[in-house]
Amino acid sequence: MASATTKHHDDEHHIVPLGVYFAVFFTLIALTWVTAWVSTIDLGPLNIYVALSIAIFKASLVVLFFMHVKYGTRLTKMIVGCGIFWLILLLFLVMIDIWTRTWMGVPGR
Amino acid sequence: MWVFLLTEIMFFGGMFMAYFIYRQWYPTAFASASLKTNLWLGAFNTTVLICSSLTMALAVHAASTGKRLLLVGFLIATLMLGGAFLGVKAYEYHDKWIHHEIPGEHFECEGCADEGHTQLFFSLYFGMTGLHASHMIIGAFILLVLIWQSYKGKFSAKWYTPIELFGLYWHFVDVVWIFLFPLLYLIDRSGQGGLH
Repeated sequence: MASATTKHHDDEHHIVPLGVYFAVFFTLIALTWVTAWVSTIDLGPLNIYVALSIAIFKASLVVLFFMHVKYGTRLTKMIVGCGIFWLILLLFLVMIDIWTRTWMGVPGR
Repeated sequence: MWVFLLTEIMFFGGMFMAYFIYRQWYPTAFASASLKTNLWLGAFNTTVLICSSLTMALAVHAASTGKRLLLVGFLIATLMLGGAFLGVKAYEYHDKWIHHEIPGEHFECEGCADEGHTQLFFSLYFGMTGLHASHMIIGAFILLVLIWQSYKGKFSAKWYTPIELFGLYWHFVDVVWIFLFPLLYLIDRSGQGGLH
């Protein structure tokens, strides 16, 4: 396997062992059915947190291993981090507004 | 490619934002509407999509080790699984059509307390899954080109950048679905289960 890689672009074209792919794959499949099953159990307000936590964990696995970010350059990691950061800014700043609008009890919500 | 994916995050992010706002405002309508989705079809489709992500990852692996026929095989497998996902999705859309769950004049929702805002859920449902499906359709066409090019021996262990970049795109589409599945199919399923 190592002989197939040439010297150039070694950091760019890191070859991930097949075992890693399969381990990630089986974890993703298992978590899909776990999250589907958990959704049928009443945990009250916790349901959405469990569902979203599993989703974030699954997405991280895909990004880190299938998309090779774990083995990527620092530039790639920084770009991915920026994307997530801006998405969090978008979602949370708007939601802070939405969550707190009704607190004052004034018209205009 | 990563910068393109960032623009895609914002593209989908806007729709997620709309979803979160309306879910916050009309939680009961969203809960009852979410029950109308088919949980097991959704879970099955998620599995199909994860399988296609695996075959795509294996295709990139085959390309990086210079195995041409294996690369072609895995790309074809990815295309087939993507097609299977779209097929199930089409079946679900058809199901919604039969049950008058398409927002608009003929919208009907049995047992929904808040019909207007239930339509809002389905508008978002079709908007978000439709945007996702259109990404997959575009991906399928790119896959056809890549399969042809791989078959012709255009890529080698030294240069397979298009395969690698398409892999990123395909996995990104998978990640979007990983979030769509809980938000559209799973949310508030249990709490309302006893009421209907």
